[in-house]
Amino acid sequence: MTALHGSGPAVCIGEDIDTDLVIAGRYLRTKDWSFWAEHVFEDLDPTLATRLKGAVLVAGKNMGCGSSREQAARALHEAGVLAVIAPSFARIFFRNCINVGLPLLECDLTGCTDGMIITFDCTEGWVDVDGTRHIFRPLSPRMQEILKSGGLIEYWKRRRER
Amino acid sequence: MVTLSEKILGAPAGTYIDRRIDRAFCHDGTGIQAKIIYDAMGAPGIAHPDSVYIIYDHIAPANNSQTAELQAELRTLARESGVHFWDIGSGICHQVMAEGQVAPGEVVIGADSHSCTLGALGAFATGVGASDMAGIWVSGETWLRVPDSIGIHLSGSLKKGVEWKDVALTYVARLGMDGATYAALEFVGESASSVPMEGRLTLCNMAVEAGAKTGLFYADKETERYLAGYFVPCPMQVQESPDYVQDCYLDLSDLEPVCAVPHRVDTIQAVTALAGTHLDQVFIGTCTNGRFEDLARAARILKGRRVKVRTIVVPASERDYLKAITSGVAADLVQAGCTIGPPGCGPCLGAHMGVLGEGEVALSTANRNFKNRMGVGASYYLCSPSTAAASAIYGEITDPREVI
Repeated sequence: MTALHGSGPAVCIGEDIDTDLVIAGRYLRTKDWSFWAEHVFEDLDPTLATRLKGAVLVAGKNMGCGSSREQAARALHEAGVLAVIAPSFARIFFRNCINVGLPLLECDLTGCTDGMIITFDCTEGWVDVDGTRHIFRPLSPRMQEILKSGGLIEYWKRRRER
Repeated sequence: MVTLSEKILGAPAGTYIDRRIDRAFCHDGTGIQAKIIYDAMGAPGIAHPDSVYIIYDHIAPANNSQTAELQAELRTLARESGVHFWDIGSGICHQVMAEGQVAPGEVVIGADSHSCTLGALGAFATGVGASDMAGIWVSGETWLRVPDSIGIHLSGSLKKGVEWKDVALTYVARLGMDGATYAALEFVGESASSVPMEGRLTLCNMAVEAGAKTGLFYADKETERYLAGYFVPCPMQVQESPDYVQDCYLDLSDLEPVCAVPHRVDTIQAVTALAGTHLDQVFIGTCTNGRFEDLARAARILKGRRVKVRTIVVPASERDYLKAITSGVAADLVQAGCTIGPPGCGPCLGAHMGVLGEGEVALSTANRNFKNRMGVGASYYLCSPSTAAASAIYGEITDPREVI
């Protein structure tokens, strides 16, 4: 199960962050998902990995561009990120986040800085930052259902059981 | 009127649809991850093995024991499940699929971002991650949002020394790295029909670098000619004055050889402005520019000359490699001092066969120059095969028009 609402401190990164920067190509070949959490963002800022547990990742436009590697979404999820917020996402990364059970919100939080407390609700479609409410388009019912299941693995298991 | 994406997917832009997938392919990297997800789903069986492809290209052959063991596991699944399987040396998944596996009008999903390459054949082709691929293995279908379309209108003709890669880098720079996010690109206009298939594959390959879901050419006489070589029937596709959300006009006659400079694909400079930039390595290959025609263009420049800097050439597929051998292109490249690697992705993703060291500068015919991708602390420029070959002779960025 994945919570579609939550609250945590912001960790801010820039725009056009590609998935190579989220998790480098040299770390991809393993079955150990926690390994990716250790190396997440290593080539961008090695101190980031330790600050992600319970945090809300706030990115600039075009978050997750480039390679289709699902390990990028998985690494953030394994590192304990509650949700990813950006004005726009690269589409494969967008699908990957849903599929690994990591909520994401398409919302421009320009001006948000590290440590600001962010409260979000994906079902209703809002984000509160520093007393200001931002409204965004909620995820489609299917995406919400996959997220609620905890990702595509659990979603398919449930679908087969029905 | 409808766009080609709307026509193939059978619904207007913005609609969410569930669609049976005609071809679903992955490679050794995403395939292993898809198998992990598939196993976690309870390994319920592959719904339509005949439409599933596994093609080893990313780290092929394996670079260490860990990779070898993961690849062995996927190889077992591939052999036991009855899916199409291409082992090491066959080539890059997109190129292998382009060689007679995909037909116009099909819906093709690849677990790799450059799956948009196959839009060159008039197919709706796009990339997904490993879980989505596992979902397609299990069900034979996936959900898609029918994209809006952007028209890339081509006119004029290329001048000597200017190549389709220069056109690709130019349109990505015009649109920006996220200029086409969620949208499909349609390559149209008076010059679209004169773009040869290898050029279409290069142009569609880079659609994702502008954030696009795919890039498409309408199937025409050129598509028919190309597919006839593989005995694949080619239904023609006719443009019906589609409604584009944006238009981008490119007069091919105006274009110059360009490079994307570190570390953004959408930041280009004329080769003339970069001339003299020192290089430590040149790489000619990838799903963008590793086809026979690309190798032949490089060989035309390198024949009878000698490279001054280490130059790695990786053919996109076994078929491209064989053509290079039988035509003498491979011999010209080796005589010029190039090192030829086995068909596949080569060093593009920074995993093996030419990874760069700290502070090194390279010129590559690939599609991405992201920071640290091909080597931590290295920087690299993207260019056409001719620019790469000309630059290899001098060990610095060189205008190909000076040596053609």
